Amino acid sequence: MKEKPRNVYMVAGGVTKFAKASPEMDFRLRVKKAFDYAMNDAGLTLADIDGSVASYFSDHFQRQLMSGIMVQDYLGLVPKPSKRIEGGGATGGLAFQAGYEEIASGRMDTVAVYGFETMSHVNTWKGNEFIALASDTNFDYPIGGFYTGYYAMMAVRHMYEFGTTVEQMAKVSVKNHGNALHNPYAQSPMKLTVEDVRNAPMVSYPLTRLDVCAMSDGAAVAILASEDKAFEITDHPVLIKGIGTGTDSMRLADRPFGEVPLLPNEKPSDYKGLKYPGVHSFRAGRMAAKEAYEMAGITDPINEIDLIELHDAYTSSEIQTYEDLGLCKYGEGGQFIDEGKPELHGKIPVNPSGGLLAAGHPVGATGIMQAVFMFWQLQHTVKKHFHDDYLQVPNAKRGLIHSHAGTGTYVTVTIMEAAK
Amino acid sequence: MTLDPNAKLPETEEGTVVYNTDPLIVRSHYEIDYIHSYAQDSEFFRALGRKKLMGSKCKKCGYVYATPRSHCMMCGAETEWYELPLKGRVHTFTTCYFSGEEFLNETPFNLVMVEFDGVNSLFMSRLIGAETKDIYIGMPVRAKFRRNLKMNVTDVYFVPDVER
Ligand SMILES: [Zn+2]
Repeated sequence: MKEKPRNVYMVAGGVTKFAKASPEMDFRLRVKKAFDYAMNDAGLTLADIDGSVASYFSDHFQRQLMSGIMVQDYLGLVPKPSKRIEGGGATGGLAFQAGYEEIASGRMDTVAVYGFETMSHVNTWKGNEFIALASDTNFDYPIGGFYTGYYAMMAVRHMYEFGTTVEQMAKVSVKNHGNALHNPYAQSPMKLTVEDVRNAPMVSYPLTRLDVCAMSDGAAVAILASEDKAFEITDHPVLIKGIGTGTDSMRLADRPFGEVPLLPNEKPSDYKGLKYPGVHSFRAGRMAAKEAYEMAGITDPINEIDLIELHDAYTSSEIQTYEDLGLCKYGEGGQFIDEGKPELHGKIPVNPSGGLLAAGHPVGATGIMQAVFMFWQLQHTVKKHFHDDYLQVPNAKRGLIHSHAGTGTYVTVTIMEAAK
Repeated sequence: MTLDPNAKLPETEEGTVVYNTDPLIVRSHYEIDYIHSYAQDSEFFRALGRKKLMGSKCKKCGYVYATPRSHCMMCGAETEWYELPLKGRVHTFTTCYFSGEEFLNETPFNLVMVEFDGVNSLFMSRLIGAETKDIYIGMPVRAKFRRNLKMNVTDVYFVPDVER
């Protein structure tokens, strides 16, 4: 931040249960359900909301343009200000930050950020094709446009550079599907073993079906407020302590071979001879973390953050992201999971909700879902919302949420902190 | 007076595919042809017909791109066309067993990122003539070109660069 912004708090959240297909509701009704859940939880009425941000990725999935305004009118928010935010897989994270900016700038005192995606109106193969259209359609898409293939190539290079193994990736799948057993909103809770993951059908070498998230229908809503408003609404608001956003080239082929942008807990000698980011790491993730940490005053991430919800569309990208976020050094991501650090009862629980792998990935809703789950963790209200407190991280005071678009083109990092 | 209270839409034989009645789920078809311009990248696609791979070189900072772009990402200056070598090495790879609908009938297929000597960035392509277990990082590969052009990036592909 170039100048000190107004403080911004999250005061309520709501999520629908993510599902492969839920044709009994359309996107408007799904958002309405998540919105009402959040509004009722905070005791708010429509008159309390100054404006909104709509978060959805693809117009192709429903062949409906301007879905945002249809939600806005369905919720009863017209004629208040609103806009749509889109940035691939990071759409939700970007929209959440756009909501932050509405309050931080002083334009609004309360804002509803609503995200949704309805991916079930086309079959999985067509869905893969739509998602692949979010790669360069001159050079990348016609070769066999398939996002899992792009991530698989990044995983293969990560394995080559750092010795990361497929078993380490599988452990991420075991962890996240296992956590989801206690998340009633999750799409794919499963008790798995490393062998189950490796024996699942190969999607794109070395990633199997259980290394890859599914497509989902879902919606999520976050309500943000200024400081005065936040404490009027709830005794337990959650402060948005820092935001960061990074970008990188659309084409993997264009990623440079330079130097690592260092975090305060790293030094140049840590990465002698490492060509960065190449296609093994997400430079946008590192830049997002760096900006958010600077704003939040974080210099030792693993000891200053209590839990994380990150964008694990692929098990390999969760491991890569441990490194981008500076939870360990580049190259140590595989060892990080081997040591159990991101497990629910480990040093720093990562994706206690089950993440995208197991909770689901209705693209525009995903980054907002992460904010909602983190909000409940930091409010210590997981038991109330999940009817099960197994996933409540006991010491949760400060959390990080991380949203990520195709091969790391847009990445957002947001730091959230319990106000008391 | 032209008002006609007996006006009626013509009835037709065409119907709609119904998958489910509660909720009502129907088939909705959509198809489109684009008039797609390769614009400033056109020379790359034309050159494939001459069995040449054209990248870009920055006129100001000298950065060389294996995948062409008419302005430099490093310094913002204009680039010029740069003829790439036809032999390179595998920088990374995968084999896809699934894909988007358009390419499903081509699975399994190998994707590779190719690196070239003296070139700063990579090029993504298909590798044929090798199975996953035969492919390794650093593997020498060579560009080949279709004779009957499709006028897209699949007019170039790579094969293992081995004597036989
Ligand atoms: Zn340049």
